[in-house]
Amino acid sequence: MTAVLEIEGLTKAFTLHHLGNRIGAFSDITFSVDAGEFVLLKGANGAGKSTLLRTLYRSYLPQAGQVRFQSAHGEIDLARAAEVDIAHLRRTEIGFVTQFLTARPRVSAEAIVAEPLRLSGVAPERALEQAREALELFGVKPDLWQAYPTTFSGGEQQKVNLARALILPQKLLLLDEPTASLDAKARAALVTRLAELKSGGAAMIGVFHHPGDVEHLIDRIVDLTPDHFVEKDHTDVAV
Amino acid sequence: MTLTLDAPRIFQTKPLLSVDNVSKSYGAVHALRDVSAIAYPGEVLGIVGESGSGKSTLLRMMNLEEIPDKGRYTLDLPDVSGNLFDLDRFARRMLCATRIGIVYQNPHLGLLMKHSSSGNVAERLLVAGERSFATLRAKATTALEASEFPLERLDAPPIELSGGMQQRVQLAKAIALEPALLLLDEPTTGLDVSVQALVLDTLKRLQQDRQITMVIVSHDLGVIRTLADRVMVMRRGEVVEAGLADQIFQDPQHAYTQQLVHAKL
Ligand SMILES: Nc1ncnc2c1ncn2[C@@H]1O[C@H](COP(=O)(O)OP(=O)(O)OP(=O)(O)O)[C@@H](O)[C@H]1O
Ligand SMILES: Nc1ncnc2c1ncn2[C@@H]1O[C@H](COP(=O)(O)OP(=O)(O)OP(=O)(O)O)[C@@H](O)[C@H]1O
Ligand SMILES: [Mg+2]
Ligand SMILES: [Mg+2]
Repeated sequence: MTAVLEIEGLTKAFTLHHLGNRIGAFSDITFSVDAGEFVLLKGANGAGKSTLLRTLYRSYLPQAGQVRFQSAHGEIDLARAAEVDIAHLRRTEIGFVTQFLTARPRVSAEAIVAEPLRLSGVAPERALEQAREALELFGVKPDLWQAYPTTFSGGEQQKVNLARALILPQKLLLLDEPTASLDAKARAALVTRLAELKSGGAAMIGVFHHPGDVEHLIDRIVDLTPDHFVEKDHTDVAV
Repeated sequence: MTLTLDAPRIFQTKPLLSVDNVSKSYGAVHALRDVSAIAYPGEVLGIVGESGSGKSTLLRMMNLEEIPDKGRYTLDLPDVSGNLFDLDRFARRMLCATRIGIVYQNPHLGLLMKHSSSGNVAERLLVAGERSFATLRAKATTALEASEFPLERLDAPPIELSGGMQQRVQLAKAIALEPALLLLDEPTTGLDVSVQALVLDTLKRLQQDRQITMVIVSHDLGVIRTLADRVMVMRRGEVVEAGLADQIFQDPQHAYTQQLVHAKL
């Protein structure tokens, strides 16, 4: 197995100027993730799980460390990569699944889901077909496909969000509690899709409120509890 | 402290727009001090910052309406080379008529308020040398349609139109010649919220369909969040911080940016 991502000495703190203080989120984190490997992030509220995922995606800027990613263009340190390179990788190789959909006025659910495919060069008709299949998989009712998700329920929006985020295979997938507000059917669909992407070679790092949902996918657990940073084989520990 | 970023390695395309170290003073007022900015092809650059920080001045410079005391400006386009601030008046005017579009906050700056809406758009085509009446009319109509202007009002003068419609006429004029660069100065300010959302949506569509490089100035962080890929934060004529839009909003580094972002959340 080759490591898709090698995180070394990664450190993140927030300086809040108006309070004149500094909040340390995590420091000196080191672990790596192979192709097709699923790493579960663990830790109490505030342990820095979301912060770590956002730092890897570069929504947050780290203070120190390296994030070596094996991209289609060779190795690149995500902690230091130029913004245009990050933007490019986000369109092509790195996905981030959060709890929230950014719905846009006058854009239908199926168009939102089809967009990443269209941008990657899939013909519009074919992209729409695949988008409908994905919406179906996540249990979005067909009469909603052409509607605007701005008025959808929280759960419906989340299904559209997931269908979109997972429609293209990614080399690295970051997941921040993607099961929140999903019903059982959609949770099962999510797990099925994640298993598919994993066997396709996607490296995944995820936070799950109920890790039991993804139990059989987990290869390793990284615990971010402060002063307790550990990395374990899933076989060693109970979730 | 954060890490110093590397030069681009994957994305090798040259920036479409590069402004290097421009400074401009009006008497004792330093409107811009050593400001630099780049925008890659197809990218949307957002500019935010306090009132009087030099945003509009910078945008007028990008439109070659204003020449700085010092600095360089280049556009990576066929047949365009050198520091554009060195061009003579005529060449500047031609370049900005044909390759650059601009939408001002105040429609009075961009439009002849008593001429017909289609005439306002056609005027831009005339400057670029189009002479056939039928072509002028057809192209003006196409641009107005792309801006989602109600076509039954083609002949109405902007003075009789709502603010949202006036902005659409400005937008149509700006995109009529399919510019490589679209500059927007507070394009939705002063419009009521629902109209704002529609104009914003039109901009988003245009950007996606045509991949136009855009620079947008707005006090409305929601507008910037919706449209911009990267954001530049200005204060007192200087750039205090620049970064990917989500990073600027979620992990602002500079005290001023933190104050700006937190005030709006
Ligand atoms: N954008 C931010 N600005 C300032 N501080 C932040 C920011 N994001 C996170 N933090 C701080 O970093 C710490 C880690 O937060 P984070 O959200 O990563 O925790 P978490 O492990 O995801 O917790 P939870 O289980 O509650 O989701 C917290 O103290 C939080 O307040
Ligand atoms: N033609 C001019 N003559 C004199 N001073 C000027 C001129 N144009 C701009 N200034 C001054 O330069 C400074 C920057 O103005 P500018 O219009 O660029 O600010 P801005 O960031 O767009 O502000 P706002 O958000 O209020 O629109 C201001 O102090 C302004 O008064
Ligand atoms: Mg979290
Ligand atoms: Mg201004």
